[in-house]
Amino acid sequence: MSKEENTANRPDNTAFTQQRLPAWQPMLSAGIVIPGFVIIGVAFIGIGVALFVTSQNIQVLEIDYTGIETNSSCFKCKNTSVKNCNCTINFSRDKLFKGPVFVYYGLSNYFQNYRQYGASKDATQLTGDLSDLGDPSYCKEPCETCCPYRKDANDKPIVPCGSIANSMFNDTFKLFQIVNSSNVAVPLDGKGIAWWTDYNIKYRNPPTNPLKNAFNDTVKPIFWPRPAYELDPTNPANNGFINQDFLVWMRRSALPNFTKLYRRITEGEYAKGLPAGDYALVIGYNYPVVEFDGRKKVVFSNVSWMGGKNLFLGIVYLVIGSLCVVMSIVMLIVYAKFKFPDEE
Amino acid sequence: MECLITILLSISVEIIRLGNSFYIDWDRKMYDARSDTPAEARTTTLNEELGQIKYIFSDKTGTLTQNIMTFNKCTINGKTYGDVYDYLGQRQDVTENTEVVDFSFNPLADPKFSFYDHSLVEAVKLGIPEVQGFFRLLALCHTVMAEEKSKDQLAYQAQSPDEGALVTAARNFGFVFRSRTPESITIMEMGKQQRYELLAILDFDNVRKRMSVIVRSPEGKVSLYCKGADSVIFERLNPSCRKLMEVTTEHLNEFAGDGLRTLALAYKDVDEDFFSRWKQQHHKASTALENREAQLDQLFEEIETDLLLLGATAIEDKLQDGVPQTIEQLAKADIKIWVLTGDKQETAENIGYSCNLLREEMNDVFIVSGNTPEEVKQQLRSAWMTMKPDMAEGMVFLPEKILGKVGSALKDEVVSGEYGLVINGNSLAYALEEAMELEFLWTACMCQAVICCRVTPLQKAQVVELVKKYKKAVTLAIGDGANDVSMIKAAHIGVGISGQEGMQAVSSSDYSFAQFRFLQRLLLVHGRWSYLRMCKFLRYFFYKNFTFTFVHFWFAFFCGFSAQTVYDEWFITLYNLVYTALPVLGLSLFDQDVNDAWSFQHPQLYVPGQLNLYFSKMAFFKCALHSGFSSLVLFFIPYVSMSDSMRQDGKDLGDYQSFAVVTQTCLLFTVCIQLSLEMSYWTAVNTLFIVGSLLLYFGVTFTMYSNGLFRLFPSAFSFIGTARNTLNQSNVWLTILLTSILCVLPVLTYRFLTIQLWPTINDKVMFKARQAKAAPPPPSKRTRIRRGSSRRSGYAFSHAQGYGELVTSRRFLRRPAVSHSSHFTPMKSTSSFIPMGRSAGYSPTDGPHNAKAQGVEGTSLQMYRILQDQTL
Repeated sequence: MSKEENTANRPDNTAFTQQRLPAWQPMLSAGIVIPGFVIIGVAFIGIGVALFVTSQNIQVLEIDYTGIETNSSCFKCKNTSVKNCNCTINFSRDKLFKGPVFVYYGLSNYFQNYRQYGASKDATQLTGDLSDLGDPSYCKEPCETCCPYRKDANDKPIVPCGSIANSMFNDTFKLFQIVNSSNVAVPLDGKGIAWWTDYNIKYRNPPTNPLKNAFNDTVKPIFWPRPAYELDPTNPANNGFINQDFLVWMRRSALPNFTKLYRRITEGEYAKGLPAGDYALVIGYNYPVVEFDGRKKVVFSNVSWMGGKNLFLGIVYLVIGSLCVVMSIVMLIVYAKFKFPDEE
Repeated sequence: MECLITILLSISVEIIRLGNSFYIDWDRKMYDARSDTPAEARTTTLNEELGQIKYIFSDKTGTLTQNIMTFNKCTINGKTYGDVYDYLGQRQDVTENTEVVDFSFNPLADPKFSFYDHSLVEAVKLGIPEVQGFFRLLALCHTVMAEEKSKDQLAYQAQSPDEGALVTAARNFGFVFRSRTPESITIMEMGKQQRYELLAILDFDNVRKRMSVIVRSPEGKVSLYCKGADSVIFERLNPSCRKLMEVTTEHLNEFAGDGLRTLALAYKDVDEDFFSRWKQQHHKASTALENREAQLDQLFEEIETDLLLLGATAIEDKLQDGVPQTIEQLAKADIKIWVLTGDKQETAENIGYSCNLLREEMNDVFIVSGNTPEEVKQQLRSAWMTMKPDMAEGMVFLPEKILGKVGSALKDEVVSGEYGLVINGNSLAYALEEAMELEFLWTACMCQAVICCRVTPLQKAQVVELVKKYKKAVTLAIGDGANDVSMIKAAHIGVGISGQEGMQAVSSSDYSFAQFRFLQRLLLVHGRWSYLRMCKFLRYFFYKNFTFTFVHFWFAFFCGFSAQTVYDEWFITLYNLVYTALPVLGLSLFDQDVNDAWSFQHPQLYVPGQLNLYFSKMAFFKCALHSGFSSLVLFFIPYVSMSDSMRQDGKDLGDYQSFAVVTQTCLLFTVCIQLSLEMSYWTAVNTLFIVGSLLLYFGVTFTMYSNGLFRLFPSAFSFIGTARNTLNQSNVWLTILLTSILCVLPVLTYRFLTIQLWPTINDKVMFKARQAKAAPPPPSKRTRIRRGSSRRSGYAFSHAQGYGELVTSRRFLRRPAVSHSSHFTPMKSTSSFIPMGRSAGYSPTDGPHNAKAQGVEGTSLQMYRILQDQTL
C-alpha cells in the first residue's frame, strides 16, 4: 500500500506515453532506392511503350475551318454579317477510318474557364425549377449568378440565363461520302453524347407539358436563334435543358483550347468506320471566333482503351522511365564509390 | 482561405506543442521515484526551443550538488580508511548493498551518518592514540554550535556543511561534541565526558587557509589543534613528520582524484610558559588600535609551527545523481555550461572539477579575481591572449571589430585547446559594466566551461541577459532556489529542480523535474524530437500549401488571370481541414529519427538544432523550390494529358470539373507520398492516418458528387457525377500515377545522393541504428569518472572567517534564539547569511556590490548588522 502511495505520480508505462510505439523505420538506403528506381524505370518504360503504340494506332483527322486563309472555302463565312452561311470542305481517306468514329468540334483561344463566365449560370433553373421566374421580384433583384445575361432590355427573364448558355456553340456539320460523284449522307448520331449524370440528374426540364408553356413570359438567350424548347426541331424529346448539344456545351472546358463531342458515327454501314474514299463536310457556319483570334476545327477520331490520341503521355512515361534507369546507374556508381557510411 | 490556413497552422502548432509537452509529463525516465515527482512541462510553447539550447546556466547548490557533505575517507598516520575491499583485496564501489558500519556502541551517534570501512571503527575502539587524537581534533577544532534538544538528541549548527560533516563524523566515532561556552568545549570521549578549556581560537580566513584552537585538556595539558589546507599545514610541520607527510600527500592525491575535498589535521602540545607569554601578546594585539590584523597574523604564525601531522580528512560534496555524465553528454552536444553560484571560488572550482566541467586535460583554467576594473581587464586580456596567441600582442580590444556590424550576433571564436574560466562576483561586477562586457563575453565564450562564483541573484540574471543580448542563441537556466528565480526568468527557458527546496524556482520555471540529470533527457531527447517534429511539420505544412497554391499560379496563365480556382471549392475547404490534417499531425506527434537510446549515444545529433539547420531561410527556400517543382508537375502533366483528349467512350475529357478532380487527386497523392518520405518513424497510427485520409478523400468526394446531395442543394454541389465519370478512366489513373511519381523522384534522387555524398550526422546515426535494429545501442559506458590527481582539490572550508571571534565573544549567547534557528548568521565583513543551508545567494565581498545583496535579503542582514556592531 505504501509503495503504491509513494509512486502515485508515476507516469503510465505504455508504449504511447513512453514514445516506444512499434514502428517501421525506413531509410533511403541503397538497397531500397536503387532497385526501386530500376523497377519504376522498367515499369514506366513498359507503360510508355504500351501507351505510345496504342496512341499511334488511333486515327485522327483534324480540319480547321475558321476560314482565315483566303483559299479556304469557309473564308466567305468569316464575316459575321453573312447570315446562314454554308461552306463545304472536302477530304479523302485512303484507308478505312476504323469505327466507331467520333466527330468533335474544337475551339481555341476560347476561355470557357474564365471565372465570371463559369459562374454565370443558374444551377437551380437548369434543374427545371422555374418557380423563381414567377416571382415579380426576380428581375428586380441585383444580379447574382447569371450576370450579365439574366434579363433582356424589357426586364424579361432570359431562360436559360447566363453567359455559358448564351454563348452556346451553334455551327452545324453534315458529312457526306462522295460515291460516284453523288453525295451519300453519313448518319451522325447525337444521342448520348453528354454525361449520363448531366442528362438525367443535373439538368432537368420543367415538368410542364407541353414544354413550351414553361417558358411563358421568358425570352430566349440573346444570341440564340431559337428558344430552348425548340433547340432540336427534329426530335421533340431533345429540347429544353436536356438538349444533348446544350449539355455538352454547358460542361465548360478547363483549358482555352478544347474539343467537344459533336456526334458519333455509329449507324448503318458506317458503324464499322469510314471507308476509304472522298468525303464532303458541309458546315453551317454561325459561330464567330475571329474577333478574339479563335480558331474552329472539326476532329474525327476513334478511341482506344486509353481514350483518344495522346502521344504525349506515352512519351513522358518513356522519358521518365529511361531517366529512372539512368539515375539508378548513377546512384549505383556513387554508392559503389562512396560506400556510405562504411568509413566510420 | 488564407485566414483558414493561418488558423489551421496555429492550431496544429499548438496541438503538436501540447502533445510534446504531454510526452515530457508522461516520461517515466524523467520521474524521480524518491520524491515521487514526475517531470512537468509548465508551458507548452517552448518545446522546440529545447532542441536549440546553446548555453545552460546552472546553479550549483541543490542543482549540481545535493548540498550534503559526507565524511567519506580519511588518512590517519599514514593509513587510509574509507575504502571497502572484498576478500581478494580489490577495491569495491560502495553500493546500496554495502554493509554500513554499526555505530550502536555510541548512543549519541547520528543515525543518518553512514560509513563503510569497518577498520576505522575498530581502530577507534582499540584506542590507537593517533586515531583518537584525530577525532579529538575534529571534535574540538571547529566553530560549530551544539544544541541538545532532548537527552541524546544532538543537533549541530555549523556555519558550513563541511564543518558539520567533520564534527558529525567525530561524533559517530565516539568523540561527541556536546556543548560549548566561550571558555570551554565539552565533548564525550568514548563515553566519557571531558571538558576542555578553550584558550584561543585562531580563526580561519582566506589567506591563512587554516584554523586552530588552543585548549587545555582536563589533565591540564595545553594543546594546539590545527586543520587547514594541506599545502599550508605541510609548511608548518615538524621535520620529524617528513615521512608521514609524503605518505599523506600520496593519499591526498588519491582523494583529490576522487573529487573529494581534503583537510590536513595537525596538532602540537604547547609549552605552558610559552603559551602564557603568547597569550599576553595575543591580548595586547587583539586590543591594539592600529595594525591589529597584522599583529594577530604574526602571532598566529608564531604559534602554529612545529606541528605534528595527524592525517587528513576527505569530504565529499555529494553531487546529484549522474551529474558528471550529464555534463559530459551536454558538452558533447556542444552546449556551453556556465555555473553561476554564490559559493566561494574554491568550492565552486572544486565542484567544477568533480562534475567534469573543468577537466585536467584542459590547457588552462583562467581565474579572474581582480578587485579593480583595471585588474579584471588585465586578467581577461591575458586569458584571451593565451587562447588566441595569434592576435597581435598588446592589441587593444575593439568591441566593434569583434562584433562586426551593430546588431549582429557575436561570433564564436575558434580556439585550439580547451580552456576554463573562473570569475568571482567581485570581478564579474566590473566585467558586466558596459565598457568591459563584450570583452568578458568574448573571452568567456572561447572557454568550454565558465564558473562564476560568489555572484548575487541579480548578477546571475545579468550574465544571462548579457549572453542573450550579444549571442543569438537560446539560453536555458536551471536552478532550484529562490535565488535562481531571476536567472530562470531571464533565460529563454527556465528549468526548476522540484521537490527539494521551496517552490519559487519551480513556479517561475517553464519546465521542472527532480534531478539535474533529467536535463539531458529533456534536451537531447525531448527537445531534439520536438524541434525535429516542429521543423518537419512546418516544412511539410508550407510544402503542401505552397504546392496547392502554386498550381493556381500556373493555371492563371490559362484562364485569363480570372482567379478561377483549379480545384473544387469543397476540396479547397477540406484540403487542410480534413484531407491532410491528420497525417501531418501524426508525423509531428510520433516522428523520431532515432530513438532515445541512440540520441544519448550520439549527443552530436543535437548540434543541427543549435544552428537551426532544419528550418532556416535555406530550408524554407528549398521547400518553396520543391513546391514550385511539384506544382509545375501537378499542373502541366494533367494539362497535356487532358487537353484535346477523349475518354474511352469518346466523350471529351478536358472539361473543367474533370480537370479539377484529376488535379486535386494528383495533389493529394503527391502530398501523401511526400509525407511518407518525410516520415522516419512509421507507426500504425501514421499508416491509419495516411491511408485513412486518402480513403476519406475518395469517400467524401464520391459522396459530395452524388446524385442525392445534388438534388438537395443543386447550386452547392455542382460537381455531381464528376468523380464517377472521371475516375473510371484509365488515362486519368495513368496521369495520377505519373504525376505522383514524378513529383517524388527528384526528391528521392536528391536525398539519396546527399546521404551518399555528404552524409550528415543524422544520416550516419540513423544508418547505424537501422543496421543494429534488433540490437539496442551498446549501453553507454557508465564508467566512474576519475580524474588525474595532478591537481590538489580544494580544502574543505566553505565558510568565511569571523566565527572564531564570535564563538569566544559570549555575544552569541545574547540571542539564544539564534542558535536554534537555522539562520544563524553573524556577519563580519563577509559571510553567508544561511550557513546551514544554501550559501549561494549573497554578495561576495567588502566591495561596493554588497548593496545589491543587501537589497535582496535586507531584513536578515540588517538584523545581524546590529549584532556585528556590538561584536566589534
